[in-house]
Amino acid sequence: MNEQELHDVVIRALTEVAPDVDPAAIDPQTDLTDQLDIDSIDFLNVLVNVHEQTGVEIPERDYPKLATLDDAVAYLLAAQPRGAGTDA
Amino acid sequence: MSASAMVTVSYREAMRAAIREALLGDERVFLMGEDVGAYGGCFGVSKGLLEEFGPERIRDTPLSESAFVGAGIGAAMGGMRPIVEVMTVNFCLLALDQIMNNAATITHMSGGQFAIPLVIRMTTGAGRQVAAQHSHSLEGWLAHIPGLRLLAPATLADARGMLALSLEDPNPVLIFEHGSLYNMEGELPADAGAVDIERAAVRRTGEHVTLIAYGGTLSTAMQAADELAGAGIEAEVIDLRVLRPLDDSTVIESLARTHRAVIIDEGWRSGSLAAEVSARIMEQAFYELDAPVARVCSAEVPMPYAQHLEQAALPQASTVVAEARRMVGGG
Amino acid sequence: MPSLGADMTSGTLLEWRVKPGDAVKRGDIVAVVDTSKAEIEVEIFEDGVIDELLVPEGTRVPVGTALATVRAGTEDEVPSARPVPAAPQPPEAHRLRASPIARRVAQQLGVDLAAVTGSGAAGAITKADVEHAAAGAVTPVAPAPAAPAPAASGAPAPPPAPPATPAGEPGDRALAMRQAIGALMARSKREIPHYYLQTQIDMSRALAWLAEENLNRPIAERLLPSALLLSAAARAAAATPALNGFWVDEAFRPAEGVHLGVAISLRGGGLVAPALHDADRSSLDELMSGLRDLVTRARAGRLRGSEMSDPTITVTNLGEQGVELVHGVIYPPQVALVGFGAVLERPWALEGMIGARPIVTATLAADHRASDGHAGSRFLTLIDRQLQKPEEL
Repeated sequence: MNEQELHDVVIRALTEVAPDVDPAAIDPQTDLTDQLDIDSIDFLNVLVNVHEQTGVEIPERDYPKLATLDDAVAYLLAAQPRGAGTDA
Repeated sequence: MSASAMVTVSYREAMRAAIREALLGDERVFLMGEDVGAYGGCFGVSKGLLEEFGPERIRDTPLSESAFVGAGIGAAMGGMRPIVEVMTVNFCLLALDQIMNNAATITHMSGGQFAIPLVIRMTTGAGRQVAAQHSHSLEGWLAHIPGLRLLAPATLADARGMLALSLEDPNPVLIFEHGSLYNMEGELPADAGAVDIERAAVRRTGEHVTLIAYGGTLSTAMQAADELAGAGIEAEVIDLRVLRPLDDSTVIESLARTHRAVIIDEGWRSGSLAAEVSARIMEQAFYELDAPVARVCSAEVPMPYAQHLEQAALPQASTVVAEARRMVGGG
Repeated sequence: MPSLGADMTSGTLLEWRVKPGDAVKRGDIVAVVDTSKAEIEVEIFEDGVIDELLVPEGTRVPVGTALATVRAGTEDEVPSARPVPAAPQPPEAHRLRASPIARRVAQQLGVDLAAVTGSGAAGAITKADVEHAAAGAVTPVAPAPAAPAPAASGAPAPPPAPPATPAGEPGDRALAMRQAIGALMARSKREIPHYYLQTQIDMSRALAWLAEENLNRPIAERLLPSALLLSAAARAAAATPALNGFWVDEAFRPAEGVHLGVAISLRGGGLVAPALHDADRSSLDELMSGLRDLVTRARAGRLRGSEMSDPTITVTNLGEQGVELVHGVIYPPQVALVGFGAVLERPWALEGMIGARPIVTATLAADHRASDGHAGSRFLTLIDRQLQKPEEL
């Protein structure tokens, strides 16, 4: 997946746990849990969803690396398995 | 009210006083029926009248309702003012041909040549454990018949006062005395007299719901209104008094204030007076209604003998309260 | 209409999931009901065949109203008694229940009846309801709309999730929930003599064990600290019967099992506290997946009736927001509420040494009619002990 596709995956996962959030209003550089008022279960659900969509393994110690929208997209872009984007 | 002294009387005594007054005031008046003379009436209403007025005017009859009701009709046609006592409304069925085909129709059939100034008194209703042949409330059936006036005195004043104008009425008048009322005691002015036989009466005012009753169910309605007041619901209680012709305006005016009605009728629900009153409310006050009209009637069974079953079959204040609360309280 | 919580007096039947003639067995979901808090799936408690649906969709009725009749037996036993209609006619479009005078007054005052909530029998709109609406008074509970709610304007294509459209306007729902919570909490504070205890718990063992455990788990199976806290609370509740049950009719009635109510805040305000059934006997994995499922469905407004009515003790975890401790308000008729604050690194003295440790403050608000401080104290101590042996949870 390219950057835009990963961005869309994260946004979709976020709006699934927080359907009232306007994606356009998300500040890409602010902590998501604070910004969207989501808790650890919501955040886990977001990561599980992202994992299912991208195949990226996200170890627990890396959770802080996905704290903002930009960080999350960057992390996924770097970590996604080779070939995962070509057949999408 | 003037300074008239109050006296304590029973419903039975008030009724007797009315008959006695009529006998004293008009020589054409006489009383006849089963056991009204020597025995003093099956319910004790005419006790002492035979001694005072003699067998010509207090006449015991054979056990033949058709014969003595017919005799009453003939006497009325001949210029007398008969008071005929039929022991209970159940037995009036034996005289129904006389009541309907003669009393109610002769004025019409004769082109107005004959008036029928007849009064028929009968006991009605249950609550005394006299089982399925002596307990029914058939006012609704008789109220079906044009040409009759039907009265249901539920208070001492009505027991005392309804007879006078009934005897003046050129048409047959049926007076229904609920059996549970004869022992009811209360105060009445010593000079109490005639009361109107045209209008229903508002016995209690309230703004939330109208309870419509007559005869034996008036006390049920009043008791329910007391209980409802404890729950903050002010019930208006209407005593129909006149079952035919019905006084619609008193009911409709009340509905315009309360917008809700519960009708309490000891008759069976199907084809009952309650059904008639309900239909008239729908016809004349539909746009005033804030809830469907509710009816509390007797269970549609022959009236049981066993006391607990009889009570279960009769309209109870608790049922009236529940209906009114459901209507007013919503939810 | 089942009571889906002590604060519920009526509910709107939103949707029937069965029709007359359907065979049902205990536990099947037969209807969806809208309380003022959420849309709840209602389970049936009898096996049998649906005979008649008594309450039409869209109708608000008081708790205790019969919703449907169920015949005993199975479908096979009553084959021809009630032939299934060839074309089961869809229920006629729901006609607004309004009394004649309510309609007349609405017309006079220019009130749209569709926007008025009925308080009359069977949810009918009465004259008073119309007058309140006209006076600008807010109706207490949002009506269930007969038509589907309009699509949110400008929203992106919704994810392929179950529909989560709350009944009525979001504002009405939030207000109704506020009022329901207000009524229940006011009752709690009015009637329940609360006593409060708190203790600090060293979470280093629990968190270390958790980090280790999660290393070997795929992401979807990882555990959160919440699962450990809930498990410890449930086991402690099972060992302290005086805190696990209900105060009903002036007496304490201990509960059969531990159905842990979990306070879940809803987006847009308000909260619900549905049950994790038999939480004391569940593994951490079961608790974790139950919790995720519960949170997801609570937020989507799809809880089940038994989840709403069954909690025997409730846990609130406000630590996510960073606060250190919470003094809870008990959910009547329950008799205890457990609170967890944030896990914070704090100086901690142990065996004469001071070190930095992750510490959580656990609190208990309990009903003094049902228990005393001794039982409460024992309860918090048990939670602490459990959390020192996370591998046994």
